[in-house]
Amino acid sequence: MGTVILLALTGLGLAALYFLVASGLSLVFGLADVLNFAHGLFLGVGAYGTWWAAGNLPGAGPDGFGFVLAVAFGVAAGTLVAILVELVLIRPLYSRTIEQVLVTVGLSLAGVALLQATWGADARPFPRPDWTREVTGILGAQVPNGGLLLIIAAVLVLGAILAFLRWTRYGLVIRAGVENREMVTALGIDVRKAFTLVFAIGGAAAALAGALGGVYFGTVSPGQGGSLLIFAFIVVVIGGMGSVVGSAYAAVVVGLVQQFVNYYGTSGLGDICVVGLLAVVLLLRPQGIAGKVATA
Amino acid sequence: MSARSEPGLRAPQSRTEPALLEPILSVQDLSVRISGLHILQGVSFTVAPTGVTVLLGRNGVGKTTTLRAIVGLTPPAGEVRGTIRMGAQSLLARPTHRLVRGGLGYVPEDRCVFAGLTVAENLRLAERRGSSPAYDKVFALFPELDRRGRQRAGSLSGGQQQMLAIGRVLLNGNRLLLVDEPTKGLAPKVVTEVAEVLERVAESVPVLLVEQNLAVVRRLARDAVVLAAGKVAWTGDAHELLLETALTKSLLGVGSAEGASPSARSELASPAVARKDQL
Repeated sequence: MGTVILLALTGLGLAALYFLVASGLSLVFGLADVLNFAHGLFLGVGAYGTWWAAGNLPGAGPDGFGFVLAVAFGVAAGTLVAILVELVLIRPLYSRTIEQVLVTVGLSLAGVALLQATWGADARPFPRPDWTREVTGILGAQVPNGGLLLIIAAVLVLGAILAFLRWTRYGLVIRAGVENREMVTALGIDVRKAFTLVFAIGGAAAALAGALGGVYFGTVSPGQGGSLLIFAFIVVVIGGMGSVVGSAYAAVVVGLVQQFVNYYGTSGLGDICVVGLLAVVLLLRPQGIAGKVATA
Repeated sequence: MSARSEPGLRAPQSRTEPALLEPILSVQDLSVRISGLHILQGVSFTVAPTGVTVLLGRNGVGKTTTLRAIVGLTPPAGEVRGTIRMGAQSLLARPTHRLVRGGLGYVPEDRCVFAGLTVAENLRLAERRGSSPAYDKVFALFPELDRRGRQRAGSLSGGQQQMLAIGRVLLNGNRLLLVDEPTKGLAPKVVTEVAEVLERVAESVPVLLVEQNLAVVRRLARDAVVLAAGKVAWTGDAHELLLETALTKSLLGVGSAEGASPSARSELASPAVARKDQL
């Protein structure tokens, strides 16, 4: 029983990480039709930004309020990079899909190389509060606090994004734009402002995933974003391109399947199962769990 | 009306209304090429500053393409040439949202309401900063929209969706309305309702209308522009056009006498016929 609870909660921790990356990816694709392969870079910037801030930023550190400040710095850095990427590289290339893919793939490779050149290719120990290394007993399972932190953060982010989409003017524009972007412009709305906004939201969520992923894994390395991005893409496709709630469901399914199969089957089989799940969803329900509706 | 007309086709000079007023819209030598297809090949016409000007033509002749070129919605792969002016202002190469804010209202083919949003949200989306939305006017025209504010637009009937598509454009002031096949796929009774609404709307703002239903054309239109083979084949008084059975037969593929009969009317309004026109 304890093992099942532990697997379920660590699976949900993984799901939280996937969701934080996938939610932005999904909104960006749903609204702007951009397959952003550079999304992993935002995660990397968030992770390294937090790591750097904890060591160098005055007032920031690995504990207490200092840690919050370090994470805030990492998230701010990831958001800023996301906005710059949209404004400088993506904006001139809207509706030119091939060029966009080339630019974002190139950027993700260059970003990893840049992180490696600056801080080395090896994993660095991540600064984290002591309590995140400890475990909490839940129904007989000893669950790492880092994973619980991820789950709580993901739930808060999900709630915040949904509230933003439902109750703000820009949220309304984004929901409408995911359905029919052209008609939004035909109502006199400059939809490109909303594009920048979803990049910023996605960048912030991915950077938070980078910072909290660092806490969860205990280390930070340049390639982390890229390997998470593959599963995040799978989550986006299973959840329905453009749907935040769909991404949340799909992240939970993918995280749990991976964790359970990897434990009870052979290590690595879980990853294959996830790809198999993707194939099944594409065959039976190509629009994904939720279809193309931002909040459904 | 247009300076051009195809040889062999008569463009009547007599006008029932004075043509002295400056046109609200003038399209000159408009060419649109979309992924190799030369859809419009030098189209020129003008839209009078009052009343309804109807754009006619057989399915696939480029009526929707013309409207979309005017409002700047030609797909990125497309190439647009020529001049389009609203008043003194050139419209080409300006982004759609600017054109719309400048007073060009667009009611697209197939209504394009946001199905996942509520009726109220669909309307709220059209609100603009710095101008107060004319909800009184819209709800006076369409009381249904007020009552169904919390309903999802996707669950409205076709006629209600059309009312919503027109209503959200009327929330703001417009200098010209482009309306693309508003009666397409609607039941005959609803077609009449939509025509009534457009008649009232056209009292205050000029309308460029694409319409297949000749009964609606007869009721609303004062001027007509007929497209054929990517060019303007005929321009002039809409009622004169409808009286010329041979002409309507050759240009539109339908006799005008037939067009007015109820059976032909409902056939024209049926989706099976109208869908072929999508470009």
